[in-house]
Amino acid sequence: MSALSTLAKPSTRKATQARTRLRASARYAPTLATVGLFLAMFAVGSGLYPSFLSGQVFLNLFIDNTFLIVLAVGMTFVILTGGIDLSVGAVVALSMMVAATLLQQGWNPAAVIVLVLVIGSGLGFLMGLVIQYFDIQPFIVTLAGMFLARGLCYVISLESIPVTEGFFTGMAQAQIPLPGELFISPGVVLALLIVAAAFFVLHHTRFGRTVYAIGGNEHSAMLMGLPVKGTKILVYALSGLCSAIAGILFSFYSLSGYSLAAQGMELDAIAAVVIGGTLLTGGTGYVLGSVVGVLVLGIVQTFIAYDGTLSSWWTKIVIGGLLLVFILLQRLFARKTA
Amino acid sequence: MKSNAVKDLLKHRLAWPVLALAALLLLNQIFRPDFLALRMQDGHLYGSLIDIMRNGAPTILIALGMTLVIATRGIDLSVGAVVAIAGAASCAYIAASPEPASPSTAAVAVLVAVAAALLLGAWNGFLVSTIGVQPIIATLVLMTAGRGIAQLITGGQIISVSNDHYKAIGAGYLFTLPVSILVTAAVFVATAVLTRRTALGTLIEAVGINPVASRLAGLRSRNIIWIVYVFSAVCAAIAGLMISSNVTAADANNAGLYIEMDAILAVVIGGTSLAGGRYTLVGTVVGAFIIQTLTTTVYTLGIPPEVTLVFKALVVIIVCLLQAPKARKLLGSFRPARQVVVKETPKEKVAA
Amino acid sequence: MNEIVPVVEMTGIAIGFPGVKALDGVDFRLFQGEVHALMGENGAGKSTLIKALTGVYTIDSGTITVLGERKSFTTPAESQAAGISTVYQEVNLCPNLTVEENIMLGREPRRGGKTGRGSIDWKAVRSRTREVLAGLHLDHVEPNSLLASHSIAVQQLIAIARSVEINAKVLILDEPTSSLDAEEVAQLFRVIRELRDKGVAILFVSHFLEQVYEISDRMTVLRNGKLVGEYMTRELSRMSLISKMIGKDMEALAELDNGPAKERTAADASAMPFIEAVGLGRKGSVSGIDLAINPGEVVGLAGLLGAGRTEIARLFFGADKADEGHLKVKGIQEKIRSPRTAIDKRIAFCSEDRKQEGLIGDLSVRDNLILAMQASKGWMRRVPRRVQDELVTEYIEALDIRPANPDALIKNLSGGNQQKVLLARWLVTEPGLLILDEPTRGIDIGAKTQIQKLVNQLAAKGMSILFISSELEEVLRVSDRIAIIKDREKLAEIHNNGVSVEDVMSVIAGGTQ
Repeated sequence: MSALSTLAKPSTRKATQARTRLRASARYAPTLATVGLFLAMFAVGSGLYPSFLSGQVFLNLFIDNTFLIVLAVGMTFVILTGGIDLSVGAVVALSMMVAATLLQQGWNPAAVIVLVLVIGSGLGFLMGLVIQYFDIQPFIVTLAGMFLARGLCYVISLESIPVTEGFFTGMAQAQIPLPGELFISPGVVLALLIVAAAFFVLHHTRFGRTVYAIGGNEHSAMLMGLPVKGTKILVYALSGLCSAIAGILFSFYSLSGYSLAAQGMELDAIAAVVIGGTLLTGGTGYVLGSVVGVLVLGIVQTFIAYDGTLSSWWTKIVIGGLLLVFILLQRLFARKTA
Repeated sequence: MKSNAVKDLLKHRLAWPVLALAALLLLNQIFRPDFLALRMQDGHLYGSLIDIMRNGAPTILIALGMTLVIATRGIDLSVGAVVAIAGAASCAYIAASPEPASPSTAAVAVLVAVAAALLLGAWNGFLVSTIGVQPIIATLVLMTAGRGIAQLITGGQIISVSNDHYKAIGAGYLFTLPVSILVTAAVFVATAVLTRRTALGTLIEAVGINPVASRLAGLRSRNIIWIVYVFSAVCAAIAGLMISSNVTAADANNAGLYIEMDAILAVVIGGTSLAGGRYTLVGTVVGAFIIQTLTTTVYTLGIPPEVTLVFKALVVIIVCLLQAPKARKLLGSFRPARQVVVKETPKEKVAA
Repeated sequence: MNEIVPVVEMTGIAIGFPGVKALDGVDFRLFQGEVHALMGENGAGKSTLIKALTGVYTIDSGTITVLGERKSFTTPAESQAAGISTVYQEVNLCPNLTVEENIMLGREPRRGGKTGRGSIDWKAVRSRTREVLAGLHLDHVEPNSLLASHSIAVQQLIAIARSVEINAKVLILDEPTSSLDAEEVAQLFRVIRELRDKGVAILFVSHFLEQVYEISDRMTVLRNGKLVGEYMTRELSRMSLISKMIGKDMEALAELDNGPAKERTAADASAMPFIEAVGLGRKGSVSGIDLAINPGEVVGLAGLLGAGRTEIARLFFGADKADEGHLKVKGIQEKIRSPRTAIDKRIAFCSEDRKQEGLIGDLSVRDNLILAMQASKGWMRRVPRRVQDELVTEYIEALDIRPANPDALIKNLSGGNQQKVLLARWLVTEPGLLILDEPTRGIDIGAKTQIQKLVNQLAAKGMSILFISSELEEVLRVSDRIAIIKDREKLAEIHNNGVSVEDVMSVIAGGTQ
């Protein structure tokens, strides 16, 4: 019997392997669709405007969106568990305000950055605690967190506070040259490092796999004996940390703190994550997809800037449209696998 | 006996919101003895209460629509965008019309805004009921794209109009009262009549409380869901008309910004659960008044206005914690209860 | 007698929920290398006992000993650490992850040696998964395929693979076969036997009598939260098992069966049935059901829990869509696609799950009573208050609903009164066919007899009734005809003229007819 089964194996295994590979690629389909969309937009842009097809235009997408990339990374963790974090934009603004104020008072930039990171992750941790232990919907808790963070911005100052501190201005102007007369900013390097770290955590640590398991079926994850509670709280703390880092990066970029900054950035982050192929119901998606999602948002803006005749509001309409398309695509996939 | 009557009263679902509102008003009265006073001037009523009602009118309107949506276990994030689109559409129509000051132009402008709302509401309803997208995601689409559409209509400009009839919606007076208060009151009455004189209210609650049992009782929940999203959009459009008419201009960027959040808060503070089911329109109005009075209180107490949001955040957190079964359990008795059963028992006890 | 120490020994286990004693002083033993079936009707306490052992519930009193060590579990993780692993009916894995991830979740081998806290060693995960799968004859399952891409049967086996991977000493299988076909069951049993022979102690819960007899060595019977006894499977006949589960011995059953409570309608072959199912079935549910119900006739569905009684009712009502066979209403073939269409054809269905599928808890008695009628009329045409009052008063009186307050919230009524309101909800729609699924479960004796009487009165008025109940006496008392259901198929149909509970039970126990 064993001989028989070993004889039968190779061919069937090959067939099933092929089938699995097909299925596996279906798993990546939403993200691949986003990559395809990005490439198509880049190609169309290059066809229309000769100067579009340049390495620097591509790199600028990163330079102009470092903070959004970092935000999207944090948001991906939260959404993968099936939650949502509406507070990220306000926490970005709060981080900028705290940084700008303390720098103005002559604090050491390193101390400022550490403090900002502690505040951001602390806020996230608190929200996670409330969500987990009082069983209140993430939507409401993080909405309250958004009001709180934005309110604290107003309390600090209603005016825009300029940042003149040496390290920050240095970071704002710094360029890292690349071959071919291209350059990136230090923020891009940091953002990409964070993406790499997030990728590693999500795919190569037990914590990361627990994040996916919770999004897939929280009850099952609990029954499997996984640390569901701690993971859920940590995910919001992580999102808070990412928001704080994004706040610092945004400070490098804008060299000021303003309480109205980053309005609606939470929506951009959510849109990037969804367009990047992550299901809002949790459990499916990739942090790299979210990065491509940010790039798609960026290229929409670049496109509109290049065109000149198209007005800025088209950005919002196109993003809304893209959201719709991807949500419908996800419905379709969900129906097929169900 | 007496304490029992008080206890029963406190158990009423509106007790805490009403008490909170009364406390806020009292606080104001203590700090500003003329706070509750109304005075007549040029045939118009003036006073802080009138201001609160007038400023709170758009939020109340939107919260009324939101109440019905939330009662079906949904949520509508797109109302702020609908506010912007309604204002933009009507102002753009007036600005482009050959007789920008005539009453008929104003009337058509209102119709344009309402027609736009019907379309947008139907779109949300379609995504939620027919396609089966989660409400929060479905309405996120319009929340994102809606402001862009509004800007597209206004061409990115702030469109100013000068039509006295149009201006009357947000800034006019009728029977000594601001028109906006009267319109809001009318919508409130209409909503109450629409839901309680027909079977709509009961069926909305049935769908929200137990969708499975509702289906087995033969209820067509799809139509009901469609209706509540359309209604929510229409309420938002009326609020949009009010906001744009008050300043006689359409500001696609800032009109109704974050108003969806205020409206959701008003509903939750008023005692309607985000989990759907039983709703209270009166509670929602009280909730909206609390939010509006909070802003006024901050001024009255001489607290810098920039602290308002922090205040609001704290109120939200406290109210939500008070309504969360788990927190109630912690605050209340420490009787050992089994976790599995906790889900249903405390809710019944406290809500009854 | 038994000198071997049990792997699991539970003594005097008690668990109570507010108002209910779910388990009351239950003892249970599980030995190495045996398949032990846990038997009992619904509410007997099987799943509570399992959840006590798996740490989902904490026990109020009693002791749990695993491998000679006293344990008190408060989380599933603790139970798993003690070597107890559970596979639930609704496969509790993550459909969005791959097979290997599901098997290894939380225990993935990590780099950096035994104590390593480094990154997951996916290569080791893959090879370990292949090993485990091969041990369960699942070589054809690719470790990196998505769990959701596999059939429920394979998913069950993958869940078992997860238990095997942690070297579980105890494997609990809770209704593992309820959605499997015969071939899949055979495959599952092969694996169970192999694990048993390797020394794993297996606790098996199933509603399928034949399967229990096929696979188990020993069984423990529970009833109403109490222990009935522990038996060797081969020494306990099917008949006595059933009577132990139901709680009456043969003589008592015979006595109780004091004849039908009403005049039986003579079978009239020429009458046009109100409804007729022809080969009705649904994948993963029941199959090939032929059943006709004449006007004025009460047809009872008899069978053990899980035999497919509710499934048949749901197909009749369109709550689930049939994918084979069809329904004829008054001789005309109809497509019943949803409850809405069923109601339009004057079919009504009172679900066995009052709380989830019947009550709108936060609404009043009045609103609940009027709901089906209102749903038929649509939201715009509200049933006038006057008509509501008339109907509500009429039914509160006729069914003796207490408190007689139309505006009381239905969740505050007792189970029996809730059931009467739900009955009234359908009666006001004047249905041609009324399907009653466990209408007397969990309600007091008084209300029970009232409902049984009502069924007879309704039938006398010409209504067709499909009556489902776990209590055979009750089925016999109200039905004109009895369809016996077993293992998702109709086994037999008998006219109720002097049929005894014993007769029905012997048909069920008889395996094949």
